[in-house]
Amino acid sequence: MPSTPSLVEPAASGSAAAKPKSVFNDLSIRVGTVNGSGSQSANLVILRALHAMGIPCGGKNVFPSNIEGLPTWFHLRANVAGHLAHRADPDILVCMNEMTAHGDLLELKPGAICVYRDDFSADLSTVRDDVTCFAVPFNKLVEQAYPPDKTDKSYRDKLRKVINMVYVGVVASICDIEIEAVETGIKLEFPGRKAKAGAINIAAARAGYEWARANLPTDLPCRVKRLDATGDKILIDGNKAAALGAVFGGVSVMTWYPITPSSSVAEDTEALLRRYRTDAEGNQTFAVIQAEDELAAIGMAIGAGWAGARAMTATSGPGISLMTEFVGMGYFAEIPVVIIDVQRMGPSTGLPTRTSQGDVLKLHLLGHGDCRNIVLIPGTVEECFNLVIESLDLAQRFQTPVFVALDLDLGMNLWLSPKFKYPEKPIQRGKVLTAEDLERQGSFHRYKDVDGDGICQRTIPGTEHPLAAYFTRGTGHDESSGYSERPEVWKKNLDRLARKLETARGEIPAPVVEGDPDAEVGLIAYGGTHAAMAEAREILADEGVATAYCRIRALPIADGVADFVEQHKRVYVVEQNRDAQIMTLLRERLRGELIDRLVSITHYDGTPIAAGDVAVPVLERERIAAGPEIVTGARQGNGAGAPTMAAGA
Amino acid sequence: MAVQTDIQVESAGRTLSLPVSAFQGLPSTLCKGCGHNSITSYLIEAAKSTGLNPYKTVKLSGIGCSSKTPAYFLQASHGFNALHGRMPSVATGAVAANRQLVCIGVSGDGDTANIGLGQFKHACRRNTPMVYIIENNGCYGLTKGQFSATADLNARLRRPTGETNPTLPLDLCAEAIIAGATFVARSFSGDKKQLVPLIKAALAHKGTAVLDILSPCVTFNDFQGSTKSWVWAREHEEQLQDVGFYVRRLPEIEVEQQPGETTNVQLHDGSWITLRALKHKDHDIASRDSALRVIAAGRDSGEFLTGLLYLDNAGVDFVSSLRPVETPLSMLPDEALRPSAETLAEIMESI
Repeated sequence: MPSTPSLVEPAASGSAAAKPKSVFNDLSIRVGTVNGSGSQSANLVILRALHAMGIPCGGKNVFPSNIEGLPTWFHLRANVAGHLAHRADPDILVCMNEMTAHGDLLELKPGAICVYRDDFSADLSTVRDDVTCFAVPFNKLVEQAYPPDKTDKSYRDKLRKVINMVYVGVVASICDIEIEAVETGIKLEFPGRKAKAGAINIAAARAGYEWARANLPTDLPCRVKRLDATGDKILIDGNKAAALGAVFGGVSVMTWYPITPSSSVAEDTEALLRRYRTDAEGNQTFAVIQAEDELAAIGMAIGAGWAGARAMTATSGPGISLMTEFVGMGYFAEIPVVIIDVQRMGPSTGLPTRTSQGDVLKLHLLGHGDCRNIVLIPGTVEECFNLVIESLDLAQRFQTPVFVALDLDLGMNLWLSPKFKYPEKPIQRGKVLTAEDLERQGSFHRYKDVDGDGICQRTIPGTEHPLAAYFTRGTGHDESSGYSERPEVWKKNLDRLARKLETARGEIPAPVVEGDPDAEVGLIAYGGTHAAMAEAREILADEGVATAYCRIRALPIADGVADFVEQHKRVYVVEQNRDAQIMTLLRERLRGELIDRLVSITHYDGTPIAAGDVAVPVLERERIAAGPEIVTGARQGNGAGAPTMAAGA
Repeated sequence: MAVQTDIQVESAGRTLSLPVSAFQGLPSTLCKGCGHNSITSYLIEAAKSTGLNPYKTVKLSGIGCSSKTPAYFLQASHGFNALHGRMPSVATGAVAANRQLVCIGVSGDGDTANIGLGQFKHACRRNTPMVYIIENNGCYGLTKGQFSATADLNARLRRPTGETNPTLPLDLCAEAIIAGATFVARSFSGDKKQLVPLIKAALAHKGTAVLDILSPCVTFNDFQGSTKSWVWAREHEEQLQDVGFYVRRLPEIEVEQQPGETTNVQLHDGSWITLRALKHKDHDIASRDSALRVIAAGRDSGEFLTGLLYLDNAGVDFVSSLRPVETPLSMLPDEALRPSAETLAEIMESI
């Protein structure tokens, strides 16, 4: 496990950790296992049990780019206030993988609990005297629950998976998770024909639970108590939420090329479409095409959007690079298409399984020449659903590529969410002229600004009218889409595209502002960072720093963000990229002294941002009397000297 | 008189009467004598004589001289001059969005064999329903005559320094056949008699119909010694078959060629193509192996073999394999696109 910034690290401000931790319902667990060892089911069972007990919870896979054999971790958090962002300081560490056990143990905060296998070659109990260590006889317990079966050739393989359920039982005992809730969770995990496997797993969880009840303390300060905070809530990852958004947004052509962490957007979309958009005869109201590469994926989506489909593709940073030429053309030829980017850490292959917000500026400007694209940035899984629906409508309305920027942390991890609401607006199709419209209107010019909003009329292929056809091209074109290299024609068209963006600025999702409007300190964040913001603001409030909070949900930046900056003396812009990308855009929108109010907080080590990564730099800065301070998110010394946007520089 | 020259086209049971101008386009801006202009005129002729509905036709292209030509025909059709080498993907998306569209893709040798080889072969692999015309002149015209991947080995650049091409050319018909295209033909832009029927047959084919048409570049690759020149092609052209095309319903399908005899092949729309093997009596157009042998033999002997090289009428085209509903996806009503509130509630319950 790479060491991650922790709220309790002495090197950090320390002040943020002063608040005594609650004994109940504030729990952070880390499980270290081996990739491919089947621990995912076990981790989901813990989450399901906590959810069933009404306790807000969420989980993250922290894994290397690997299929089988390398270390992997599951981070699980339960919190009465619903704070479910990344925490670097687990209360309980479960070590199933000896390769990482020692290092993980060294990272624990004082007072934490470490559960490990008693068959590790090294004795972990002497490594830390400020951590409570429990050696658990996992092998003995799992064989009790699942006795050797000589008739089953895959017994050893199954045993390797079932053993994970033993730690579920041990953790349940330590944390007072109801064993009945655990059993219900296992049954859900092994439905129908898998019931026999379910029974074996229940026996394994019980074995762990009963052993721990008999051999471990039951009054440890990391327990949960039944709450009523999850009743109507679901646990879902952002990619699946986005896939649901595609289905209910009426996507009709989805193209894609596999890339972590976006593949499941396309795979989930396809599975849902097959289930819910296929008629009794097996005919489908959609087409899903796995392309040969991202160039073809965007090309197909552009072709489909041009031909009248609600077209979408999903990718991540490297795929976005390959799509650039088509996006530039789509912007200029004005073709509706939605591109979901589940951001990972780049450049190049970078850290393909780690999170980042490093693409946002690029998405906004993607293309060649002058391009400005609409980018929607969901901050919750519910917004992944809503904003993908919105993106499909906006692409049609504005006839342009529209991006939806998720990040790996939001997209691939499980988050608690209110149930998604059915869209209220009917499906938007924009200014598409039918044969009847053309007959009535008597004329059609593809790139003429008829309404003064920069948005022109279009027709789709197959429209049977002598006026319908036009020629789409990336080359310079006049209002009738005829080829033109005349300077005034070119400039007029680019100016109209700028006007179209201004229309969009007022119609895309507005920023969400909350908190104390009179606070001196304002915070701006977006996307997956939102998960850490409420907790960070709570820490700051405890330290006497009142805050207001503005969450950007779309680019171009709405005017409301400038109003927010005007209302507060110092405004921290929190981002998960090195170069303060949104702050760069924001500075362009602000005038004079307002620019000097901005202070950048960046976090870009590949781990999801934690509340401490926001609160600590704010506290540091707030106590420094004067001087434009360079504040970076890298508090481990590895970011020293990295070019970071200076406040007001 | 306009009335006399109107073209009748069928559309969903109705007959539309369209002026000839619907099939024509803007004046060509290519060089005088360019083979591409001939191909454009044959395309117009084939479209008119088969009653192709231009409203239900799309014409797409990549980048290059050849890719400019969709502006010169079928002005009543939507056109898309896409990116260099990326026309196949745009075409794939368009036909997926609307299964009723007839798709004509026009490309060149640089656009297909160099930058676009991947997309070309994947379109063939999928059997994407489209006519894929390659106007092949072995060089880049728009950027002043550089070699393309179909340029002959040891071909010379037409410039004072006269560099020779050190690499072997790709044979795009062979690439298409290997990749899985179901209609592959080669022709010559100067041979109207052969090309018009081949274009008609390609338009009637359901699946990827590749036409690799030698189309000499009068400016950069039309000099003695170039196998992409007018003189060379006229001297070396060797027809595989006499190709005749006529719309007539016949009772049985016959794709087996008898040496020296006429072979009738029924196309997907019910029309027939007539073939006569002239020199290569043992060539069976239903056999990939035979087609590849013919191509290889022609290459060895320096012959320019033209005609239909390969035809598979039984393959399922890509769009049909996606099993879309009858209504084009681009025209689906809201209720077909968005599942009900009850469905969402059911999904929320199941998570």
